[in-house]
Amino acid sequence: MTNTWQDIKNANVIVVMGGNAAEAHPCGFKWAIEAKVHNKAKLVVVDPRFTRTASVADLYAPIRPGTDIAFLSGVMRYLLGNDKIHKDYVKAYTNASYLVKEGYKFEDGLFAGYDEAKKSYADRSTWDYEFDDQGMAKVDDTLQNPRCAINLLKAHVERYTPEMVERITGTPKAKFLQICEMIASTSTGDRTMTSMYALGWTQHTTGAQNIRSMAMIQLLLGNMGMPGGGVNALRGHSNVQGITDLALLSTSTPGYLVLPTDREATYDDYIKVRRFKPLRPGQTSFWQNYEKFFVSQQKSLFGKAATKENSWAYDYLPKFDTSYDVLKMVDMMALGQMNGLFCQGLNIMMAGPNKTKTLAGLAKLKWMVVIDPLETETARFWENHGEFNNVDPKAIQTEIIQLPASAYAEEEGSATNSSRVIMWHWKAADGPGESKSDIEIVSALHLRLRALYAKEGGTYPDPIVNLAWDYKHPENPDPAEVLKELNGYALEDLPDPADPTKTLLKAGQLLPSFGVMRDDGKTSGGCWIYTGVYTEAGNMSMRRDSSDPTGLGIFPNWGFAWPANRRVLYNRASADPAGKPWSERKKYISWNGTRWTGGDVPDYAPTMAPDKAVGPFIMNQEGTARLFARGTMPDGPFPEHYEPMDAFLANPLHPKVSSNPVVRVFAADAKSFGTPDKFPIVATSYRLTEHFHYWTKNVHGNAVMQPEMFVEMGERLAKAKGIVSGDWVEISSQRGAIKAKAAVTKRIRPIMVDGKPCDIVGLPIHFGFIGLTRKSQPMNTLTPSVGDASVNTPEYKAFLVDVKKTTPPASQPATV
Amino acid sequence: MTAQVDGDAKVEAPPVSRYTFAARINHWITAVSLVLLALSGLALFHPSLFFFTYLFGGGQLTRIIHPWIGVVLAVSFLGLFLRFFALNFWKREDTIWMKNLGQVINNKEEGLPELGKYNAGQKLVFWGQSILILVLLLSGVVLWDTYFADYTQIDQKRLAAVAHAFCAIAAILIWIVHVYAAIWVKGTLRAMTRGSVTGGWAWKHHRKWFRQEVGKP
Amino acid sequence: MSVLQALDLRRRSASTVAPPPAGKAPAVEVAKLIDVSKCIGCKACQTACLEWNQLDQPIGQTDGIYDNPRDLTPTSWTVMKFTEIEKDDNLEWLIRKDGCMHCDDPGCLKACPAPGAIVQYTNGIVDFVSENCIGCGYCVKGCPFNIPRISKVDAKAYKCTLCSDRVVVGQAPACAKACPTQAIYFGTKADMIVHAEGRITDLKSRGYKNAGLYDPKGVNGTHVMYVLHHADQPHLYAGLPDNPRISPLVGMWKGILKPLSLAAIAFAGVFGLMHYVTKGPNRVTEHDEEKAVELAGRDRP
Repeated sequence: MTNTWQDIKNANVIVVMGGNAAEAHPCGFKWAIEAKVHNKAKLVVVDPRFTRTASVADLYAPIRPGTDIAFLSGVMRYLLGNDKIHKDYVKAYTNASYLVKEGYKFEDGLFAGYDEAKKSYADRSTWDYEFDDQGMAKVDDTLQNPRCAINLLKAHVERYTPEMVERITGTPKAKFLQICEMIASTSTGDRTMTSMYALGWTQHTTGAQNIRSMAMIQLLLGNMGMPGGGVNALRGHSNVQGITDLALLSTSTPGYLVLPTDREATYDDYIKVRRFKPLRPGQTSFWQNYEKFFVSQQKSLFGKAATKENSWAYDYLPKFDTSYDVLKMVDMMALGQMNGLFCQGLNIMMAGPNKTKTLAGLAKLKWMVVIDPLETETARFWENHGEFNNVDPKAIQTEIIQLPASAYAEEEGSATNSSRVIMWHWKAADGPGESKSDIEIVSALHLRLRALYAKEGGTYPDPIVNLAWDYKHPENPDPAEVLKELNGYALEDLPDPADPTKTLLKAGQLLPSFGVMRDDGKTSGGCWIYTGVYTEAGNMSMRRDSSDPTGLGIFPNWGFAWPANRRVLYNRASADPAGKPWSERKKYISWNGTRWTGGDVPDYAPTMAPDKAVGPFIMNQEGTARLFARGTMPDGPFPEHYEPMDAFLANPLHPKVSSNPVVRVFAADAKSFGTPDKFPIVATSYRLTEHFHYWTKNVHGNAVMQPEMFVEMGERLAKAKGIVSGDWVEISSQRGAIKAKAAVTKRIRPIMVDGKPCDIVGLPIHFGFIGLTRKSQPMNTLTPSVGDASVNTPEYKAFLVDVKKTTPPASQPATV
Repeated sequence: MTAQVDGDAKVEAPPVSRYTFAARINHWITAVSLVLLALSGLALFHPSLFFFTYLFGGGQLTRIIHPWIGVVLAVSFLGLFLRFFALNFWKREDTIWMKNLGQVINNKEEGLPELGKYNAGQKLVFWGQSILILVLLLSGVVLWDTYFADYTQIDQKRLAAVAHAFCAIAAILIWIVHVYAAIWVKGTLRAMTRGSVTGGWAWKHHRKWFRQEVGKP
Repeated sequence: MSVLQALDLRRRSASTVAPPPAGKAPAVEVAKLIDVSKCIGCKACQTACLEWNQLDQPIGQTDGIYDNPRDLTPTSWTVMKFTEIEKDDNLEWLIRKDGCMHCDDPGCLKACPAPGAIVQYTNGIVDFVSENCIGCGYCVKGCPFNIPRISKVDAKAYKCTLCSDRVVVGQAPACAKACPTQAIYFGTKADMIVHAEGRITDLKSRGYKNAGLYDPKGVNGTHVMYVLHHADQPHLYAGLPDNPRISPLVGMWKGILKPLSLAAIAFAGVFGLMHYVTKGPNRVTEHDEEKAVELAGRDRP
């Protein structure tokens, strides 16, 4: 989230698209209700299904799964075409006026620089600004130059007319325009719109671009950095934000630093491209501090073994050649390129796409260690469960080692929520039996491995034997100690930069903020964005002060929000270039003549006067937000609608480049995509509020609330197939087939796509063959093993299936 | 064989057999069931009679036992019905008897037509109880939630409750008449104890039947 | 389930109730307000109810709808009922939390034959006292909302207690506590009505011109009330009765029939006694016996 859960109450328009907040985030959704009740906010829901969120919405529109970019591009066209943008904001705070390189173009579904053989934009050099001889980006403040980013954007979205939007998305034009109008009402500076999204946007081959589209809309409306604005990712697990911060991606290190690639053999190779110099005069380009964060992290990881002489133990870090995400791992397993697997807190049999492939991969492993509080389908993949998991245990030789872990309430520690607020939680009870905390399990593994490496040597034992493990109880480190380690320490006495005769911090003291981090090895810090969470004043994540002096839902003394306890990111943008709020109603941070004041921590140098014209988007080298993304996205500087890999129709915009041209498709999966002649129905997957992923099917109460797998379908489809609610239905895709009970509903609206009826079915993800709920074949039997072009999030949300009436599963009694 | 028990006549004509042993057992099973049903039913009907539940081991047991007694009653009464329904068809003399009910009540039945085995009052008791017990049985089943809760709608259950209560009260009233008649008309009770009545009783109350019995029409 | 020791009674089934001790301030009537327009059907209330009341509801199956369990059971005292309404081109998914309405004039209590099995506290909560329940199911017949359920296990009636055990110690019912969107409010009935008015104004401003409060007069108001977008058509919400009242059949059964019946029985008894006293028994005379002998002879088989 750029903003916070609580801040949603400040919104005037709430758009829930690519998510189903009431269903999947019922507790956070209270703030949307709060906005409705106390701020007269209007709630807009765009979703393939009329969801629980839609049930309390002011306006609902259906959409075909996987066409969000077409919808959102249509919104951008509406805003630009009807002059419903916040002009001053766009001009001052975005790269609208920047001139884009002459070579950049978009034609027939492809951006400049596409390499057909590599299936990638191998040459993204034209996706950039024109620079002057100082290396500064050229701009045209009059916005007249056709190469201005905003003019290129206008040209790019011109194709997304309301008619084209309806043709692609199936959203009726009238509804679409109604929504456009509602969204446009927030371009005034005194009204804001918030965007609440979740996996409905991420789990597509165009996932990252879906979100970018909304970010661009919010920039055009001037809603970034504003109270009640922003682009807000609703995270799923209580601590999934935390794990993302601590390097979820295989190509990252904590704090969104980047793991070196195998083309960066030396530290100098690595760091020289990351000393991000400003691209406009006087800009902050905060990532200039990259080296301080990196070196502090290396000191935190390797302690004394990281020295200036050995380039801060740069050689200890693995250098990646490609992304080792879940899809890649499963592919390697299936190809026999991986022998062993640690599955910690991951039920890969249920969570990965294309279960059949996952199962084949797991069956080829020599061993697998499952670390989990619960019995999982993954740990039991070899077990025959009749129709629900029809395998021959004798044919599977994988050795399974299960290490029971304690659950979150059985250990203390911190969790980071969607609002980026780090909150401590206390242990409620001991774990059952011989379960141990994940920290204890991993520590035991590490200590044993380290002892083995120390004794036997082996290939390059240095990173392991030199890993800093200076905990009071190395076999079971205190979570508070780990949080301190992430926060960082002064390793030597640090002089005060303002007065070198004074000492800022004594050796051993905790860092108060990442501002004091150094690139000379005198500070440590495992995750720079977390610095400040555990200071000499104590564990800030334990704070529980519910006071909200401004009434804006900031709660500055509740937990600790990264970075720097800042609740709303880019909040400098809530004031105009002169430092005055855009409107009294939306006053958040403003310049009082000497410093920036307000209820939140300014996302800006606190005493930087407005006349210095430093842009509010300080993380960017240009200080402005990017309507034109430069080369940061692998699939284009502007979002473009591409059909899902299981395409319901050829892309009406450019049938020859129908789906995302840079998506990674493994050789093994080349033939795994369905076509509408065999699978004419669009399917999407989703979560039910009654369940949490694959855990709560083990919990009695949750199992009572939703006891069994079902498939939701509209009345038109059900009628055509002779299906009534409660019938058993077989759902098949190119990957496999499952059975489920039919749930025939008016809530899946009949839509027309490109002139033909498009039927949609919805499949909840939760049900499997382990747990208290009725047994089911895992839903991911149906989903394709392909991911987003940027981050490889699997495309669970849009695929093709067929359905037919069938008989109950053999081992399940018929409906009484 | 003491006349004093049933009547006051010093001389006594030889007894006339009125009920077989089986019929008497059948009657008394019915009688006991009906009394138990009345007690348990009234306990559940009116709060001030709830204390009757103590006779049955408390409220829950009363609720459990009551319908089962009802089953016994229904079966038992069916036996009585099959035994006696043919003798209870309405005859012309019954109408005359009913028209002269005032005389009957005043113990002056001399001028009335000779009667068969049952007089009109007894026939009304018979048919009244037959119909009421049938309704009680049907409504009772509707109310017997333990086994039949799922077979009827709530409005049917409510109707059944009212009908059950109403019919039960009616049956109790008829029962009172029936019992009182046995007390009032001396010499009657022995028909259901020993199975016979005195000749005088038969001559006085059911002369036509008496003639048939002794083969002197 | 009851907290008799701490709450004064207003009504007690099959009993007369003494008024609360003199000098005690009148009890404040409480109410739960369910704002259907804020409810997202997440079933947190349902789960909280199971947990607080330690109910062991068996795991069922799906029948192709979100209602699980399908209906109230002896171990599910509240369930969400989902209704899809299509009007013109617009769809509404009405989600109503079903459960005991805690009628001010409770039909269950009226119907109950077991003294003290159903009580109404002076704060308006209607509570079932299991130890006194005889499992007759009369409450089921008395209820205008089809709420009580008889357990197949112990043959006792069960329903929402409005968490009388929590309310008595100043806590809101478990469902209200668990509701993430504050669709369930709990407080004094007067406050709830005022709160509902604000919500109704908001709903009217959003085009629900028939928004209103459901506090049906037929049962003298309820201590569980709904804010409905379509208060003119409560039946849209999974058959919420438009005009609930205690069935006239039940009224007859539990009203006039009771005194009339006892009177009739008493009358019959008295009539018999008077008849016997005034007219005397009907005796067989010697004359009758002689006539019998005369007719049939002395020696009959």
